[in-house]
Amino acid sequence: MTRGFNRVLSEGDVLRRRASFLQRVHIDGWLLFLLLILATTGLFVLYSAGGRDQGLLIKQASSFGLGMLVMIVVAQLEPRFMARWSALLYVLGVVLLIIVEVVGHNAMGATRWINIPGLVRFQPAELMKLFVPMTLAWYLARHNLPPSFKRIVISAVLIVVPFVLIARQPDLGTATLIMVSGVFVLFLGGLRWRWILGAIAAVVPIAIAMWMFVMHQYQKQRVLTFLNPESDPLGSGWNIIQSKAAIGSGGVFGKGWLLGTQSHLDFLPESHTDFIIAVLGEEFGLVGICLLLMVYLLLIGRAMVITLQAQTVFGKLLAGSITLTFFIYVFVNVGMVSGLLPIVGVPLPFISYGGTSLVTLLSGFGILMAIHTHRKWIAHS
Amino acid sequence: MPPPIRLKDHERDTRLIRSRMLFGGAALIFLTMLLMFRMYYLQVVQFEHHSTLAENNRIHVQSLPPTRGMIYDRNGVLIADNRASFSLTLTRERAGDWEQVLDSIIEILELDTDSRELFEKRIRQGRRPFEPVPVMFELSEAQIARVAVNQFRLPGVEVAASLVRYYPQKEHFAHSVGYVGRINETELKKLDPINYSGTHHIGKTGIERFYEEQLHGQVGYEEVETNARGRVLRVLNRVEPISGQDIYLTLDIKLQEAAELALDGRRGAIVALDPNSGEVLAMVSQPSFDPNPFVTGISFKAYGLLRDSLDQPLFNRVLRGLYPPGSTIKPMMAIAGLDLGIVTPSTRVFDPGFFQLPNHKHRYRNWNRYGDGWVNLDLALSRSNDTYFYDLAHKMGVDRMHDYMTRFGFGQRVALDMFEETAGLMPSKDWKRSRYRQPWYPGETLILGIGQGYMQTTPLQLAQATALMASKGKWIRPHLARSVGGLQPIIDADMPADIVLRDDKNWDAVGMGMENVLHGTRGTARKVGDSALYRIAGKSGTAQVVAIKQGERYNRDKVQERHRDHALFVAYAPAENPAIAVAVMVENGESGSGVAAPVAKQVLDGWLLDDEGELKVEYQTTERSTTEVRR
Repeated sequence: MTRGFNRVLSEGDVLRRRASFLQRVHIDGWLLFLLLILATTGLFVLYSAGGRDQGLLIKQASSFGLGMLVMIVVAQLEPRFMARWSALLYVLGVVLLIIVEVVGHNAMGATRWINIPGLVRFQPAELMKLFVPMTLAWYLARHNLPPSFKRIVISAVLIVVPFVLIARQPDLGTATLIMVSGVFVLFLGGLRWRWILGAIAAVVPIAIAMWMFVMHQYQKQRVLTFLNPESDPLGSGWNIIQSKAAIGSGGVFGKGWLLGTQSHLDFLPESHTDFIIAVLGEEFGLVGICLLLMVYLLLIGRAMVITLQAQTVFGKLLAGSITLTFFIYVFVNVGMVSGLLPIVGVPLPFISYGGTSLVTLLSGFGILMAIHTHRKWIAHS
Repeated sequence: MPPPIRLKDHERDTRLIRSRMLFGGAALIFLTMLLMFRMYYLQVVQFEHHSTLAENNRIHVQSLPPTRGMIYDRNGVLIADNRASFSLTLTRERAGDWEQVLDSIIEILELDTDSRELFEKRIRQGRRPFEPVPVMFELSEAQIARVAVNQFRLPGVEVAASLVRYYPQKEHFAHSVGYVGRINETELKKLDPINYSGTHHIGKTGIERFYEEQLHGQVGYEEVETNARGRVLRVLNRVEPISGQDIYLTLDIKLQEAAELALDGRRGAIVALDPNSGEVLAMVSQPSFDPNPFVTGISFKAYGLLRDSLDQPLFNRVLRGLYPPGSTIKPMMAIAGLDLGIVTPSTRVFDPGFFQLPNHKHRYRNWNRYGDGWVNLDLALSRSNDTYFYDLAHKMGVDRMHDYMTRFGFGQRVALDMFEETAGLMPSKDWKRSRYRQPWYPGETLILGIGQGYMQTTPLQLAQATALMASKGKWIRPHLARSVGGLQPIIDADMPADIVLRDDKNWDAVGMGMENVLHGTRGTARKVGDSALYRIAGKSGTAQVVAIKQGERYNRDKVQERHRDHALFVAYAPAENPAIAVAVMVENGESGSGVAAPVAKQVLDGWLLDDEGELKVEYQTTERSTTEVRR
């Protein structure tokens, strides 16, 4: 940047220039470092959980590579550019959801996928995980905070439309997470506490109404099993009992890598996807789980720093929502596997097997990096 | 005034978002702490609980049942075999609604409701949880295929290969070897639960029951790692089972068959002993039954037929049949009389055809109404003279008789290794007082002297008493096992005292009397003795089934077939050097010398003669020439 200029560099200039190497490619070093740690950990655990399947490992690694690529691409985008296009992207996402609703490809008994043979196959719901907070952040940032009642209502509509479409797929877990990411934007945007408390108070009757009219049998079963897993030890409660046994039998230091018995002998269902933390808990014990949670906390801490340092309100709201939603992923997954929360089918970020969620997550971190690295530098003397 | 332009207050927004973000951060740290605490609770506080759960999930101990020992006859002919058989097992806990699964089995294999009842009974008999219960045995190839095709309808149902007892000799040894059957609930409570954890069958009667411990062997086990569906992934540890010990019996299949043939379809019992060793050479109780259906569980119908049959095929006449010994007791009575000094071989008694107690009118009849005149010991035995023995019994008295007869094994169990033997009855004054609260009448002593009245013996006891006559009082309990696991079978801890006479010649005196039953000119069984290639000592007897009134004669036409007297005959041979003692009982055969004696001789022939009908070399004695001269 200073090439051709003939000036004496101060010590501060030198430091900034060294940091600017990654900044020039719009990558945040801390986030990258922590993501690589998580990805490596994830591959180790997956190797054990997947029954030493190297093919699985290679697929996951390449998904991670693809996600990294997408992350870097997203990081290049100006946050202002995102803000400008977010409304259109939101509309596009909703249209795709409607298409899925009408002519979706049927996978796993639930209609979630858009499939253009030979070209692309993806879930519009994944896109909405980013588009919804982005759109809300854009919408709220246009005016002073806290938002007015009218804006809150419009925001609520913007949240509910994709929620309903996705919940009908039916994928209540994803729908709820998308709603949560939208609500976080509202929360950060200064939604009044009385509204928040009021909404929480309204949840009870809404929950009862959902139980009676919206929820599918298998979802009701999940809640019932959650409340009393032992009621059906060989059926619905099996997952929870087995995952608790796996984690609990790990003890403080675990049984050692590749030595977990629960997960290797098929007792633990979905051990390499949603329940992978049980494998980690069994093989690496309390120490392993706490270390992992610490890494997550560091990652989230860095994301919070990015949020606080963001220069625009749009940037702050979006970064904050992505950060808090990411934590919710971790919390819900670990909470469900350890029996604190009902089973909702949320993968553990960066550890669970699955390319789609990996790409979405890394895109989110790409947005964080973009927000951080596209800041306008104000010259300090 | 134009309305104020609402400027974006960036600072205020930033402050708002920061405070919200800090709140979020606090909540997040709180929730993370919650997760960590939850993990601490699971992994540290509840570690033991979950550890056990996980281990139980993983490691299952499967028992490996030992192979039951085989049973052979004395020549090595297989009597009890283990045959590979496919059985259908059902695990109740895995079947869900097991009654419905049973219905499906019945439907798929096209069985009748009778078998369903049986299956249900087998399942209800109950074993340890999660243990497969065999419900059906000996599946055919077609049935296995049908089960395989319909496996999806039969949760918890498996086809298992196992070794099942098989008795190739069928009914020949049902009463001596016995059979195994499914372990029932009462037995389950008494059994060592570990050693029998993989075993479904247990000896029910006979040798199978008596030597159950030796035949069963020691259970082995393997620790296997299973997955959630119970599929075995690998064996962690394996301890091989120790097979049960093979048993070689004293029985001889050829003699057994010869004895059965001799009975010629009549109901009855035969025991043949080696008097020198106590080995049981043949043990026949006719009619018999095929033990094989009992192994797998006999159907109600088939069992009902056996149980209710008038011929009582399930009844072990040798060990449990009680008969008055009749005149077969006379040789032992004679020994007692001689040894107690009541008579000498030359003591004579006059027989007018009856005996009367002093001052009593009642006449105790001799079988020969016309009387035998002056009778000495030899004649009393060969003619089976009742009057002589009435007199002897009267002089001896019941208690002395009881004591002496007991030494011959009467009124007590004599066998070493037989299951459910009956002790029989040798009455005494004390016995009658405690049993009937009545005094002993002198007349009862008299009829006891000819083996009638209260006295009851089993064919085995008669055979043993005869063997004692042959071995001159040397006691060895009759036994069926020759070797168990190649070793000497159990030692007799309760060996009765040998019968030692004051004068050893008395054995010969009574023995001669018994020889003259068959070889004497006036012997009751001389027709049988005439055709013998060797000398036999024997005694016939008749056991009354119904009492005959005073002064009435036994009239066979008036008596229903099953009320006719039982024919008895005891014998040993060769008389000079006894190698075999035999007791024969023919139910309702009427005549000891006419019916039972030929049977006894056939049995003796079966043992002493070779295939060409010649006396085996080892039984030939120097006295044989004299025998031939006499003939």
